[in-house]
Amino acid sequence: MNQLIVSPSPHAHGRESTQSIMRDVLIALAPAMLVSVLASGWSALVLILAGVVACVLTEFLIQKYLVKGPVTVCDLSAAVTGCLLALNLPPNAPWWLVVVGAVVAIGVAKMTFGGLGQNIFNPALVGRVFLLVSFPVLMTSWNDSGAMFGIVDAFSGATPLGAVKEALANGMTLSEIKADDLTFSQEFFFNMGGSAGELSSVALILGFIYLLCRRVIKATIPVTILCTVFVVSGIFWLANPERFTNPVFNIFTGGLLLGAIFMATDYVTSPMTTKGQIIFGIGIGLITVFIRYFGSYPEGVSFAILIMNCTVPLLNKYCKPRRFGEVRK
Amino acid sequence: MTGTILFTIACLVALGLLFAVVLYFVAQKFKVEEDPRIGLVESILPGANCGGCGHAGCHAFAEGVVKAPGMDGFFCPVGGNPVMAKVAEALGRAVEEKAPMVAVVRCNGTLASRARTNQYDGYASCKVMASLYAGDTGCKYGCLGKGDCEAACQFGAIRVDPEKGIAVVDEDKCTACGACVKTCPKGILELRPKGFKNRRVFVSCINRDKGAVTRKACGAGCIGCGKCEKTCPFGAITVENNVAYIDFTKCKMCRKCVEVCPTHAIHEVNFPPKPKIEEKPNEENV
Amino acid sequence: MKKTFRIGGVHPHDNKISAQAAIEVFPAVETAYVSMAQHLGAPATPVVAAGDKVKVGQVIAEPSGFISGYVHSPVSGTVKAVGPRADIAGNLVPHVEIAVEGDEWMEDIDRSDTIVTDIPYTPEEIIEKVKKAGVVGLGGASFPTHVKLAPPKDKKAECLILNGTECEPYLTSDDRIMRERPQEILIGGAIMMKALGVTRGYVGIEENKPAAIAAMTEAARSFPQIEIVTLKKRYPQGGEKQLIDAVIRRQVPSGALPIDTGAVVQNVGTSLAVYEAVQKNKPLIDNIITVTGRCLPVQHNYKVRIGTPMSKILEVAGGLPEAAGKVISGGPMMGRAVANLDAATVKANGAILVLTPEETRRRPESACIRCSKCASACPMGLEPWLLNKLSRAGGRYDELEQARVFDCIECGCCSFTCPAGIPLLDLIRISKAEVMKIMRSRVKK
Repeated sequence: MNQLIVSPSPHAHGRESTQSIMRDVLIALAPAMLVSVLASGWSALVLILAGVVACVLTEFLIQKYLVKGPVTVCDLSAAVTGCLLALNLPPNAPWWLVVVGAVVAIGVAKMTFGGLGQNIFNPALVGRVFLLVSFPVLMTSWNDSGAMFGIVDAFSGATPLGAVKEALANGMTLSEIKADDLTFSQEFFFNMGGSAGELSSVALILGFIYLLCRRVIKATIPVTILCTVFVVSGIFWLANPERFTNPVFNIFTGGLLLGAIFMATDYVTSPMTTKGQIIFGIGIGLITVFIRYFGSYPEGVSFAILIMNCTVPLLNKYCKPRRFGEVRK
Repeated sequence: MTGTILFTIACLVALGLLFAVVLYFVAQKFKVEEDPRIGLVESILPGANCGGCGHAGCHAFAEGVVKAPGMDGFFCPVGGNPVMAKVAEALGRAVEEKAPMVAVVRCNGTLASRARTNQYDGYASCKVMASLYAGDTGCKYGCLGKGDCEAACQFGAIRVDPEKGIAVVDEDKCTACGACVKTCPKGILELRPKGFKNRRVFVSCINRDKGAVTRKACGAGCIGCGKCEKTCPFGAITVENNVAYIDFTKCKMCRKCVEVCPTHAIHEVNFPPKPKIEEKPNEENV
Repeated sequence: MKKTFRIGGVHPHDNKISAQAAIEVFPAVETAYVSMAQHLGAPATPVVAAGDKVKVGQVIAEPSGFISGYVHSPVSGTVKAVGPRADIAGNLVPHVEIAVEGDEWMEDIDRSDTIVTDIPYTPEEIIEKVKKAGVVGLGGASFPTHVKLAPPKDKKAECLILNGTECEPYLTSDDRIMRERPQEILIGGAIMMKALGVTRGYVGIEENKPAAIAAMTEAARSFPQIEIVTLKKRYPQGGEKQLIDAVIRRQVPSGALPIDTGAVVQNVGTSLAVYEAVQKNKPLIDNIITVTGRCLPVQHNYKVRIGTPMSKILEVAGGLPEAAGKVISGGPMMGRAVANLDAATVKANGAILVLTPEETRRRPESACIRCSKCASACPMGLEPWLLNKLSRAGGRYDELEQARVFDCIECGCCSFTCPAGIPLLDLIRISKAEVMKIMRSRVKK
């Protein structure tokens, strides 16, 4: 007879693993990747592949030769980072840009903190922001793949948010620009101009539904972010529709959906409890709206998420789950 | 331009002075009166904060020893006699020299002599394993080899030998702080005097089962046969609960017991390879 | 809407593959090894010596403290020895070893099948009879039942909840007795309600046992004071605190006893044992053991005399298959892995589960990804990831106490759910024991 195995209980284990979770995230990103490739062609595909390969390779090299510890690239977390980073860049960006971003994302934002589970900031976003401040021209020259609104000549190749920002800075009012008068189908299905991952809201929402069904994420963070953005921008818009863009426009542009669904819900850099997640979501929503309306950058999701990432340890410390036997208020 | 710079400098200087004054008064107001000797003693101590002396750390030890009337009950196992002599000198007291101690592993059941009877598949910790069951060999008393002692040791002096499957002490690094002794859930580790020229004799087993049971579980365990007890000319060995124990205050290191032990459970350490009977040092029995 | 508890929980595959196997009486053994530590609390003191003749149901050990219990001979024959013997964990526990000769029962035990419905006894008499019969909680904790039936003077019981949830995967012994002996279980419940002086009774059964629910509902027609409550399938619904929450919507406050909510929870198996003890004078000498596992060719539910070696049961059930990797006494979530197959069964031994290495071996541990699934799964609302982190950092017991490690019920939901394969409960269990020791020593001071 074989020797018996002895271990403390439980003797059964659930089916989920880190790898299966990351695989689910990749599957959820597939529609967005598909749209990006369909819209921008090979350059988007090259970008995604370069992002994934660069991230995985960076992690592998660091773990193997620098840390000299176990190599854990098979958990697919680096691949997810690579994908997200690629989807956050303009689809026609050169491939080396994403490689630089990947090295920063994995090397600086993830591995220096101790690898998976230890980083404070979302690696893909750190990579993106690094590129944004280092290569501002490359990062904002968007693919001019379609004329959307009547002001094509002046703002060709800008994102809707960028266009609005620039026009407002030039002293125009919104009714003159008519930029936020996107049709519903434009907003929802194919909102051209923008980073690879923000082209199609419906693709992102499909991914969101998949993640919810697979119980990979809970709806708390994305829903709070979207509600906050909607409500806050709604208040501003009602107060002065000439100066502030409308709330629906705000939700479907500027990578808000991509950020809310895939970046803000990153396990490692988001709070553990529902209470904390709500505060986190509200914070991201508020900061996003304020950066968009009053900041010098046209869109603020990346910065909002990174700023709120800092608060996560604090939120984890002070927001505790409801304990069994606690008196309900 | 120059005006701005000058103004800035002036402001900073003024602020600096103001804060310095405030800090001075606050420091005066909240000053904690501490015996200066405490700081002095602490500076002599090794600063490992290991807790081996039974105090919370080196500062607590220093505080305790300064406030105490004598040196009784205060001994820094890490610094040993030289440090204690310095401490005593600093305090103007006399100190008795203590025999330096070392941790010994009282388990002889290497992988070769102790067959595994099941596979442990839990968290690699002796504590978790010991709370779950008797262990993965037939012996309920032996070393579990999961390295809780290794994790507890601050000096890297004990580790689990992967080839033997039991803990091994590096006597040069061991400071006898006792952390491993407290950690081991099986109570295998013991602090014993290092001995003259680091030579010592001890029973490397604590198996309290009857001889036949022990023999079945482990080829190198003490079976409680009592041969050593009868052989010892100094009455240093007692067999209780089927296991022998050598009282180090009585042992004269003649090593007769080592020769008679049928399972080689009694270990001699650092003796010359060819046993010679003439060595009978006495100094270490303090 | 079906009821369930309100915080946490997981949904392991229920694997009730032995549910269709009717209860069989396990054949007599040659030697019975009766443990003296079959209940929570101090081991019982043997009152027989080697050479004594004993009958089935004769007292062979008496309680040695308030929380302790009687032990009866499950067989008739001669006492061979009284001494230590290894239990399932390989630790030595006092046992009474009896060589079986014939099957002679004590005269006052009613062995007929007639169901006795009248309860002519006073609460004190009931509690005394339960105590004398050595009945313990058969749900797993083996807490002496008579202690639970006599709550402290300042606490008032309001209702009795019979636990028929059997939320552990694989186990079917409670399912079988609810199908085969529903009336006796309910009489046992009525007896305990009388002892407690309560008028409301509930039986909580999970929805995956429709046959048991039907049988119990049918039998409950003659017991208007007892309600059958169908519960959603969710682990750990059978936990005392979770069951009270599910059935009567009250949560036991941290540090308080379940009786503070007015509810007393007893397992349906215990209820059957109480019925037999009070109405039939039969002490607890046998129990129903599910012998199951996907690698076993045939599944069984045996009625086994206490003290039967597990190796013997497995042998009769068809032998331990070559593919077996782990034998568990109990279910896969809270059961104990067996290190010593020669160990004898005890009162609270509800199942012998055989798993293959593939089914049970732990996966390699990887880094915590802070997914907080453990916190979502914890039925006590704790943060297992935090408790585990603090435990690993050399046992920061004051912080662990603040994080209320002592509320942990060791259900294993956290380890079960962790995608990184971190053995969260292994260390939390140790910390819990340490923290409770510290807290007790503080109370003493």
